Amino acid sequence: MQHHPTKENWTETIGRETGLFSLNFREVWRYRDLVYMFVKRDFVTFYKQTILGPLWFIIQPVLSTLMFYFVFVVLAKTQGKGLEAMLFILCGQVIWTYFSDTLNKVSTVFTSNAHMFGKVYFPRLIMPLSITVSGLMKFFVQFIIFITLLLIAYFRGAEVRPNWWLLLFPFLVLLMGTLGLGLGMIFSSLTTKYKDLTFLLSFGISLYMYATPVVFPLSTYGKYQKYAELNPLSGIFECFRYGFLGKGDFEPVMLIYSTVSVLVILVLGTLIFNKVEKSFMDTV
Amino acid sequence: MSIVLKAENVSKQYRLGEVGTGTISHDLNRWWARVRGKDDPFLKIGETNDRTSQGESDYVWALRDINFEVERGQAVGIIGRNGAGKSTLLKLLSKVTKPTTGNIQYKGRIASLLEVGTGFHPEMTGRENIYLNGAILGMTRKEITRKFDEIVDFAGVERYIDTPVKRYSSGMYVRLAFSVAAHLESEILIVDEVLAVGDAEFQKKCLGKMGDVTKGEGRTVLFVSHNMGSIRKLCDKGIMLNNGTIQGMGEIEEITNLYLKGNSDQTLRLVNFKSRNSSTISINSLSIAAEGKEKNDIFDITDSLVLRISYEVHRDMKGTNISFALNKEGILLFRSWDIDKNPELFLNRKKGSYKAKIKLPSFLTPGNYTINLSAGRTNIGPIFKYEDCLSFDVENVIIDGSATSFTRGGMIRTDLVWELN
Repeated sequence: MQHHPTKENWTETIGRETGLFSLNFREVWRYRDLVYMFVKRDFVTFYKQTILGPLWFIIQPVLSTLMFYFVFVVLAKTQGKGLEAMLFILCGQVIWTYFSDTLNKVSTVFTSNAHMFGKVYFPRLIMPLSITVSGLMKFFVQFIIFITLLLIAYFRGAEVRPNWWLLLFPFLVLLMGTLGLGLGMIFSSLTTKYKDLTFLLSFGISLYMYATPVVFPLSTYGKYQKYAELNPLSGIFECFRYGFLGKGDFEPVMLIYSTVSVLVILVLGTLIFNKVEKSFMDTV
Repeated sequence: MSIVLKAENVSKQYRLGEVGTGTISHDLNRWWARVRGKDDPFLKIGETNDRTSQGESDYVWALRDINFEVERGQAVGIIGRNGAGKSTLLKLLSKVTKPTTGNIQYKGRIASLLEVGTGFHPEMTGRENIYLNGAILGMTRKEITRKFDEIVDFAGVERYIDTPVKRYSSGMYVRLAFSVAAHLESEILIVDEVLAVGDAEFQKKCLGKMGDVTKGEGRTVLFVSHNMGSIRKLCDKGIMLNNGTIQGMGEIEEITNLYLKGNSDQTLRLVNFKSRNSSTISINSLSIAAEGKEKNDIFDITDSLVLRISYEVHRDMKGTNISFALNKEGILLFRSWDIDKNPELFLNRKKGSYKAKIKLPSFLTPGNYTINLSAGRTNIGPIFKYEDCLSFDVENVIIDGSATSFTRGGMIRTDLVWELN
């Protein structure tokens, strides 16, 4: 920091050297209404789009669930059959979609908002935050479908055993969103500078899905299970599925591990994002 | 008087050319220098930002060692040709990007209008967009609600406030967008030529509103414009930038005069014609000038511009043509052939040197123009083709007020006679 001993009390100095920890949370808080506005914009424009608009939210997970059902249940026979298996996959799908959408959008936040960022200043952190919150909209539409199917299955006497763990669901969603946000912010710094990484990233995300128990139980990994448990997502997925379906091998310690890793990633992501946001306009 | 804004040794370096190739190696170099505790190796090799000459390195200084102070309540006009560094300076002040070296200190809140209607969404109603745009500009929902009626009233769009803005006329759209910005509460306001949009009546209203801002509310305004009329009306101090450095600073009259006199090179991007040795036709020089003005003056829309092409024909040739195209901001305006009016040149172009003088039609509007020059043989093919070999700006340097400034838009300008019966 170039320091000039002056008696004046400047509100702010726009300068070059900014420490890694010079994060202005007060400013972010002052702009909190903007998060609300961006989320509202996404909500409003989403409903004003097409008649099919909201329907796509439903079609997508249903189709991919059917496909995964065909591959993993009918062909590979990794698990039981019928509605239960279907619910098992859909459950994973719904939360995975929220996570991957958030990660994808946050990681390209600089390039896709370059126009707005180039014209007006607001704490850039607002943008990833509102992306994460906006994503909840799609998530809840898909979640309702899942719950509807779950209720049908339950009353038809299928083998699903919802239990008290499902009350943790808001916390699990928070963890998913935070992880997507944190990882996204880490990658955003890279995709801004080296654009090729955008393609690598979407490829990486689809690979990551197979490293996560999304469409099959954790036990599928067999002797690799202990490595799979290192994935912070494993605990979240297992807990979610255990709470709603009573399936899988979930242990509370996994969730604690997930929470800690998510927090570490969030802090790391915020620091990196804060570093990049100051000069990204010159590289975009 | 207290100083509310102070820039010290502010410089901004940009990398030219294709950003993204070789950046990893540069990044590694930078990192290695930092590890050893040395200076950034790429900071030294920058050059001044002169578009006319081919630089030696990929790095240029868009701004170099800018120092100035602004006092509370002052209205400062920032002027300079295109590429002088005005926009870069505004971007730094707006915190959109940060300076390479130096720092800017300020007191209070800065609101910057580099563009009106940032973040406007066509599908949303006027009301929704006011809230969104206001929040982007830094207002809280409460503040917007408090000023809502005033904003709508100033824009004059009461009837359409619950209609999606995609149904607005472009004038209404701009009025609404400006209105939101004009009602920002900030101690320092930065405005970038947003007044170039909208109709004359609304422009006057905006100028009035901005005048209120500086004179009445004690707010400080930094204003960039090409319209010397509105600059003189609004501002009391001026800063003139040239090639990234401050050329002059002082009373607005003095600075605008300095600008109008124009004391820098015309922005000609000359291609090295000599490099292409031809045994048929070759160009010696190409230049543009305004009649009755010094070579370096700024071209105004009322000037009659003359294009001069001097070329060499190395042997007698049949069936040749020489032509030029005038492009405005990349769009072809027209093309002209020398054989149109001189058919004998087509029949036989004799060996020798020629000097052609072409008076350009006086319908140019403010903007950036480029010239393509080419020669060819009919039914055989081109002899040479130089694209964008000359570039010049036409501006609208009105001095006597904004009422007569050119704001009609369009690609060309006409003064048609309306005959009355």
